[in-house]
Amino acid sequence: MTAVRLTFKRHSVLPGFHLALGYTLLYLGLLVLVPLSATFIKTFTLTWPGFWAEVSSPRVVASYKLSFGASLLAASINAVFGTLVAWVLVRYRFPGRRVIDAIVDLPFALPTAVAGIALTAVYAENGWLGAPLAALGVKVAFTPLGVLVALIFIGLPFVVRTVQPVLEDMEKELEEAAHSLGASPLQTFVRVILPTILPALLTGFTLAFARAAGEYGSVIFIAGNIPLVSEITPLIIITKLEQFDYPGATAVAVVMLVVSFLLLLTINALQGWARRRHAQERAV
Amino acid sequence: MPRNGRCDMTTAAALDPPIVHRREIPWVPLALTTLALGYLALLLLVPLAAVFVEALRKGAAYYFQAIAEPDARSAIQLTLVAAGIAVPLNLIFGVTAAWAIAKFDFRGKTLLISLIDLPFSVSPVISGLIYVLLFGLQGWFGTWLSDHDLRIVFAVPGIVLATIFVTFPFVARELIPLMQAQGREEEEAAVVLGANGWQTFRRVTLPNIKWGVLYGVILCNARAMGEFGAVSVVSGHIRGETNTLPLHVEILYNEYNFAAAFACASLLALLALVTLVIKTVVEHRYLKEQ
Repeated sequence: MTAVRLTFKRHSVLPGFHLALGYTLLYLGLLVLVPLSATFIKTFTLTWPGFWAEVSSPRVVASYKLSFGASLLAASINAVFGTLVAWVLVRYRFPGRRVIDAIVDLPFALPTAVAGIALTAVYAENGWLGAPLAALGVKVAFTPLGVLVALIFIGLPFVVRTVQPVLEDMEKELEEAAHSLGASPLQTFVRVILPTILPALLTGFTLAFARAAGEYGSVIFIAGNIPLVSEITPLIIITKLEQFDYPGATAVAVVMLVVSFLLLLTINALQGWARRRHAQERAV
Repeated sequence: MPRNGRCDMTTAAALDPPIVHRREIPWVPLALTTLALGYLALLLLVPLAAVFVEALRKGAAYYFQAIAEPDARSAIQLTLVAAGIAVPLNLIFGVTAAWAIAKFDFRGKTLLISLIDLPFSVSPVISGLIYVLLFGLQGWFGTWLSDHDLRIVFAVPGIVLATIFVTFPFVARELIPLMQAQGREEEEAAVVLGANGWQTFRRVTLPNIKWGVLYGVILCNARAMGEFGAVSVVSGHIRGETNTLPLHVEILYNEYNFAAAFACASLLALLALVTLVIKTVVEHRYLKEQ
């Protein structure tokens, strides 16, 4: 065994390393890495001013504001209600808890197009929830508010599923100590529970945000897709493609990809933090 | 569905007894539970119920006619074909990648895991776009493909490719942490005792990971059959030829044929419910075996 090989792979008695890793890299390269880099290379056919003009036209900028703004708001709402749902599922016992626990994953399992038309039907002006809201003067479907509702729907499970395991593992002694030292339930939550779940909460928040920013299927039916008002960035890409404006579609796609990669790095860093914190909690 | 984005098998449903809080204010649990359940009911259950109510609005006869007409049948068929190719390929990839990553030490492992997760952080629309840029008429291989009279984009191969891309990480990300946690001793013992690679995998590894495999496969399948954005970009929307079931739903909906759109959507909603049931059962079985 040469020193060079040892630095790449430690010796093992198990067979199949080269075959398994080779196949993994080939499949990953052909199906994911080459097509993704094609997108970046395609933008080189544009000049820098041309690229800038594509990605900063008023209609595109309005779509960033909607896509990223609504995603941020939806992820924040999910952070609050996701924590609440996780708390109730972990700490309280009530009939049907297991069913509710399973149903939390519905937005992951339900195809986005189905979610989209269902939400539109519910929130349209004659819909089950749309009608009472319209009576109050609130229009949801075919407005930016509709986009927000769809993004809250698809982002719901992320925070619940990241915070839930941390709450399950949490040492009850800490809370009891806080109680017995005279802390109110609210103080206990803010000073003891919140710091413990914070890394997981932020991870779930970022995951929900990343998912919402790229979401297409559940949004386009309820959004109304009015240019400058309720048009999301993924729809801009589709519209440009349908007009055979490939360079324009690619330029906007590259902006979104760069944002997604930055979010992915953030998520990885947050998960590292959450894991270390979790390990510390367990060690205490 | 990025990592930790759903219940890990290792962290699912705690089985500890109810927790009694000595100093809990009595109405707080009731208020919080009511608030959480009300929120979930409004956000999740109301739209789910709406799918079935809208689907049956014109009666059962219309419902069955809508899901049995030729375009719907060919859409169902194409959805089954796309998932039937994408899921086994990603299953083989997932097991292979997990074997390499969990059973061996090599440099760049963390980077490799991140790259495998990459498709989850890409917008579905972009997942379709990348194949149009490669295989479309203006794409890298566009001229060569049209010279040889081959079609990938706006045809079935493009739909399969886009489906593979969006479901790429499902099995791998389920198996990598599971196999890492299980360690290598059992496999090493089998090899030292004279088992060959395939015997070791089939008799030692596979029984240990079977629930993880099943879990990954059903999630992968649900996404494969339900994918909309990516497939929409590469499909070309040719009725009866390149429409999957979610795309068929969209066409019917845009034609204001709401009852038929919801009838087809109800099939996909049933798939989602079946997926959730199997997922819950698998989690339960896995916890019981631990």
